[in-house]
Amino acid sequence: MIGLAHYLLLAGVLFSVAVAGIFINRKNVILLLMCIELMLLAVNFNFVAFSRFLGILDGQVFVFFILTVAAAEAAIGLAILVVLFRRRRSINVEELDAMKG
Amino acid sequence: MLVTILFWAFSAVLVGAALGVILSRNPVHAVLYLVLCFFNSAVLWLLIHAEFLAIVLVLVYVGAVMVLFLFVVMMLDVDVEKLREGFARNAPLGALVALIMVVELAYVLWARRLGIELPGAPAPVAEGASNTAEIGAVLYTQYAYPFQLAAVVLLIAIVAAITLTMRSRPGHKVQDIPAQVAVKAKDRVRLVKMPPETEP
Repeated sequence: MIGLAHYLLLAGVLFSVAVAGIFINRKNVILLLMCIELMLLAVNFNFVAFSRFLGILDGQVFVFFILTVAAAEAAIGLAILVVLFRRRRSINVEELDAMKG
Repeated sequence: MLVTILFWAFSAVLVGAALGVILSRNPVHAVLYLVLCFFNSAVLWLLIHAEFLAIVLVLVYVGAVMVLFLFVVMMLDVDVEKLREGFARNAPLGALVALIMVVELAYVLWARRLGIELPGAPAPVAEGASNTAEIGAVLYTQYAYPFQLAAVVLLIAIVAAITLTMRSRPGHKVQDIPAQVAVKAKDRVRLVKMPPETEP
């Protein structure tokens, strides 16, 4: 029998894989964006599982809004990426030091 | 029983695909692995009767967002090998952090030291109940205002993406509206006084 804990653990593993991805691919902006998408997916998993197992629908509505915001984030992030590549011919995070951060 | 088998099978593919996303050498392969992730998640959401979100994930996420990713990855001419420098050096640290997070989360779930009781079985689904209709009933009444805010967020995203990527190419013919409006009649027409000409 698949319980709530199974879904939560799966989401936790997914989130951790995404965090590891951010650590090991920290030069490639595209990969970083994709890891953020994976993290959002893991969070959505938690929302859907809790919504289902508690019998409250609000969690699924929240996932709907998260999907909306994630789509907007991906669109703007990729637009910035395209502009960046057009100017600098590179998407290496380490070369983006114009703001001396 | 069938649900249990399906859950484990699709979870295994999901985690494998997630590992493929972060480990694959080629960014195009990473995007395709991410698409596989979303498909598997949609199936797992179907297993707990979240049909609307499952189909939204496939249609919106795989159909629009991931295709956008794929377009961008294929458009940019990126030197992948240069970006993978330090991969092997950072890999142990990333794996360690991920392992710590998994152990912590699993400890919270399995040890139950906090006295939290998890609901064991999912809430029963009524015969013939429609997940889409239920979400719609909540979304357009209780969440009508956030729904409109989400629409505004999408609009801003459209405007921002277009504004960011628009550029003026040299040799591109456009109207200069302020110059057109600022034109005076005396700049364009020269009135000449001259005696009337007669037929020879």
